[in-house]
Order: sequence, then C-alpha cells, then structure tokens
Amino acid sequence: MGPLPGRVPIAIRQTTQAKRVERGIAFANLSEIEHRPIPPVERRRRFLVAVGQHAGLITVGCIFLAPFIFVVLTAVMTTNQAVTPKIWPHPFQWSNYAQVFHRIPFLLYAWNTVQIAGLSTLGVVLSCVPVAYALARMRWRGRQFSFVLVLATIMLPIQVTIVPLYVIWVRVHQIGHFTPLILPNFLGDAFSIFLLRQFFLTIPEELSDAARVDGATHWQIMTRVIVPLAKPAIAAVALFQFLYSWNDLFLPLLFLGNNKHAWTLTLALSQFSARHGVEWNLTMAASVLFMLPVIVLFFLAQRVFVEGVTLTGVKG
Amino acid sequence: MSPWILGFILLILYPMVSSLFFSFTNYSLLAAPKWIGSQNYTFMFTKDPFFWLAFRNTIWIILVGVPLRITFAIFTAWLLTLPRSGTRTYRTIYFLPSMAPPAAAALAFVLVFNPTFGPINQLLRGLGMHNPPLWFYGPGSSKWGLVMLSLWGVGDAMIIFLAGLLNVPRQLYEAADIEGAKGRQKFRYVTLPMISPVIFFSLVIGVIYGFQLFTQAYVASIAASGSSVTDVAGNLGFPQGSMLFYSIYLYQQGFQSFRMGYASSMAWILFLITMLCTLAMIKGSRRWVHYQGGFR
Repeated sequence: MGPLPGRVPIAIRQTTQAKRVERGIAFANLSEIEHRPIPPVERRRRFLVAVGQHAGLITVGCIFLAPFIFVVLTAVMTTNQAVTPKIWPHPFQWSNYAQVFHRIPFLLYAWNTVQIAGLSTLGVVLSCVPVAYALARMRWRGRQFSFVLVLATIMLPIQVTIVPLYVIWVRVHQIGHFTPLILPNFLGDAFSIFLLRQFFLTIPEELSDAARVDGATHWQIMTRVIVPLAKPAIAAVALFQFLYSWNDLFLPLLFLGNNKHAWTLTLALSQFSARHGVEWNLTMAASVLFMLPVIVLFFLAQRVFVEGVTLTGVKG
Repeated sequence: MSPWILGFILLILYPMVSSLFFSFTNYSLLAAPKWIGSQNYTFMFTKDPFFWLAFRNTIWIILVGVPLRITFAIFTAWLLTLPRSGTRTYRTIYFLPSMAPPAAAALAFVLVFNPTFGPINQLLRGLGMHNPPLWFYGPGSSKWGLVMLSLWGVGDAMIIFLAGLLNVPRQLYEAADIEGAKGRQKFRYVTLPMISPVIFFSLVIGVIYGFQLFTQAYVASIAASGSSVTDVAGNLGFPQGSMLFYSIYLYQQGFQSFRMGYASSMAWILFLITMLCTLAMIKGSRRWVHYQGGFR
C-alpha cells in the first residue's frame, strides 16, 4: 500500500479508467493514468522543496564520496606532492601502481587472500545450511537449547577462545599456514547459522510438508525445496563471510604474522603503511588496489548486500 | 547438525573452559601453565595502569561513538526517505563507504585528517581556526578521528534504519496530522517509538563490537606512528596510549609479550562486561523499545 500516484483522488481515477475502458484501451499499470493538473502555486512549492532536498542530499553525498576521491587522487601524486596541501595531482604519476607491485608481492598476497576468503565462504555455506535447516525445520530434542547456544556464541567475544585456539594451532604446527583461518569455517559459524535459520523460518511450512508427503527425505527437502528458495539469504551469508575474511586483520595477524609468504592483503597493507609511512602516494595506491575488488563486488551484488543487511537487522 | 556440534565443542566449548583455566595461570607457551590463583585478576585491577588506560579508552569510544553513530544513521536514513527521484543513486553513495575495508578506510582517514597537509585541517584553517586538532597524531583528538571514521562508514546501520523508517505505517503519520502534530512531534511520538527496535539492535551490536574494536585503531595507530612495533615501552596505542583499546592491549599482552594467562583473564573480564552490558540493555529496553505485535 502506498499513496496513489500523484495523489490522484480515487474518484477521478475511476472516471478516467471508465473512459479508457469505454474507448477500449487496456492499460498495464497505474502510472499510465492521466494526472490531475497540479495548481501552479503547489507545483512551485513542490519544486522548491525538491530542490532543497536534493541540495541537502547531494551535499551529504559529497562528504561521503570525498575521502574516496582524495585517496584516488593521492594515489597518483608524486611522493613529495602527497605531503603538500595541494589536492590535484601534478603531474599524474601512474607508475605508483607499478611501484606497489615492486615493493610488495601484491599478486601473491591477493592470491592468498582469495584462497582464504573463497574457501572460508565455501566452508560457511556448506556447514551452516544443514545446521540452519535442522534448527528451522527438524524436530529433535535439544533443538531449542542448541539455538540458544548459537545465539550466545554470536555474542561471545573472539578473545575468549583465541588463546587456547592459538595454542592448539601451535601444537599442530599450523601457525603461518592458512588452516587456522579456513578450517573453523567448515565447522559452522554462529552468525550465519542464525541468519539462515531466520530466513528458513519465513519459507512456508506447506512446501516442505508437500515434499514430505511425496516421500522426500530431509536431505532432499533441504536441497530441492529450501535451498533454491533461500538463495538470497545464502548469497548474503556468502558475501558477508567473503568480505569478513577479505577485510579481517586480527586473525591473519595472529596466525600468519610470522610468515611473510602467507600474508593477506589486509596484513600487507597495514604493515606497508608502517614501513613506507612517509610515502603516502604508494600507501594510497595500495589501498586503492585493495579496495577495488570489494567495491566492484558491491556494485555487482548491491541488491544482495542491502537485502542481507536489512535481513540481519530487522529479523535480529 | 553434527559438524556444528563438533565445531562448537572443539572451537568454542573446549577453548572457553581452557581459557578460563589459563586465566588463573602463568602461561607463556614455552612452559606448562603454572597455577597462580587469582593473581592475574588482582594485578589487572590493582597494579596494571595500562589495563585501566585501555579500559577507559574503550569506554570512551563506546559512550561517544555509539550514540553519535546511531544518531547519524537515523539522520542519513531520514534524508534518504525524502527524494522522489534518484533514490537508488543516493542510497548507493551513502552506503558505499561502509564497504571500504576497515584497514584501507583507516589509512585513508589518517591521511585525510593529517594535521599539516590533510584536507580537513586545510578546511578548518580556511575557516579561521588557528590550531586545528592533530587528529590521529594527538592524544586528545585521535579517538575523535576514529569516531569520524565510524560515522563515515555508517552505511550498514543506515540501511537498517532506512528499512525501519520505510516500514512505519503511513496511517500513523496521517493520524498525527489530523491531531495537528508538528514535524518534530511526529518524529518524537511516531517515528522514534516505531524504530525503537532498530535503535535497540544497533545499540547492542554497537556496544558489543565497541569492546572488540581492533582493526581501525590498530591500523590508524601504526600508520600514524610509522612503526609496526607495538610494545608497552614504545608506541603502544600511539599517540601516547590514546589509541590503546581493550582488544589491542589483549593482543599485545597475549601474542607479543606471550603472557597468555594474563590475556585469558583479560578476555574473561571482557566477556563478563559484554554480558553485563547486554543484559542491562535488554532489561532497560522494556521501558523504551516498542515492538509492533510482539517480539519474534
């Protein structure tokens, strides 16, 4: 339910519609209906209000965009110019990007990051969908209790478990390898389980009942009924996990810090800034290279993001 | 279900129990943990000035940052409900900064807020301010830099508020109009109660994550100090300890000084504080959070 288009009174709509029907014109949607002419005073008022609103929105929008623009411009400045107040690069030094690849093995770090983020995402999706299904659709003893545990786990600060986990990974000689970053994801992630479970609950029970009547097992119901319907939620979970792994600093710092060949981009970037701190142009070029995939991903999957974020918030 | 149970036992339950045990020991990974009773805790509360510094900094950033962020999220979400055209473009632009990876965003802000050549201070000088803040280079203003950073990346909270605002039934505003309510009254008596669940959600999440703030502060701190070495004697939480937050101190103690027993006890205190805060907020929420048609 929204307002009628152009706030057309219902009566007028009906007469127009009747006229159209008389003339034998079928129309597809309400937007084709003729609008009642708006009085000039009102029209001018609306125009001014719209201009004011857009001016405000554009101003705030510029503030949001400004840091990006500044970063991109600084990335092509010379080292000296980057530390002056001038904002426009002169000359444009595109070789900064090449320099970044010279200074650090950027492609290696990118590949490391892609591996870690990709496999983590795969792990989370594979492990969380069945758990969420069991929590949302199956009846078993301790289900309620398990759900409370999942909720409690979301709130558990990572610091509480990190020391013993570190000790375990030291014992099995996996410090400096990707294993500590990837393997846990194959054993489920509380937040993703929660999100998926909430979404599965919104899928009508009748659908799975119908499948059950047809003799489907739980596994079949999950893979043939629930998963296809829950694609948006699964996509959101996958994207969140991918971004989390891509952006995370704490765990890579902890588990990969001592092995330079296994660094992720976040780790490399944070160390880059410390080592080449004076060379802001290079640091910013590295930042741009680091940000770019995420921004591209965002534009490709914008709807999934927004839906996903809303899902977590409103259902939470 | 079973992989998760395995994961829960292996990755949550066992580590929790063992970290509780470590918290009463002296443990450096090289030797077996040595039981020292509650010494870690008494040292933390009575003799460790860095613990209290980190604690105060963390509380500061939560008390200042979380309410500001929620207010700004409501404001930007409200702005986005206004236009009749271009909504998609505006939403994309407003949301975009929250997609910037925290590490890169922190680096960008250290530069943007650079006291000598950053554009912000250029602007402030242009406006006639003689001694603009040092931001990430000054102990008094570094945390404000982080607050600015979190306001810039307000997008994720904003989207939730936007959904909340768009979900407020139109009839309520119409009823308020008939009663003769002004804009501000409509906001106070219609909008706020209707979006109170979202405010509550953001508050809880903000506080929980606030206690675990790590990446942005860590990156900003080492970028500003120009050194990746963080130790108590040197530039821990540069400048002058103002960026030493709970999680950073815990990381430093546990994994750079390898005082793993002490780090464990810090983790448990963190856990208790988080739990207490969350419970207090849930309890307090009954007074002001309005659920339409019950909760869940």
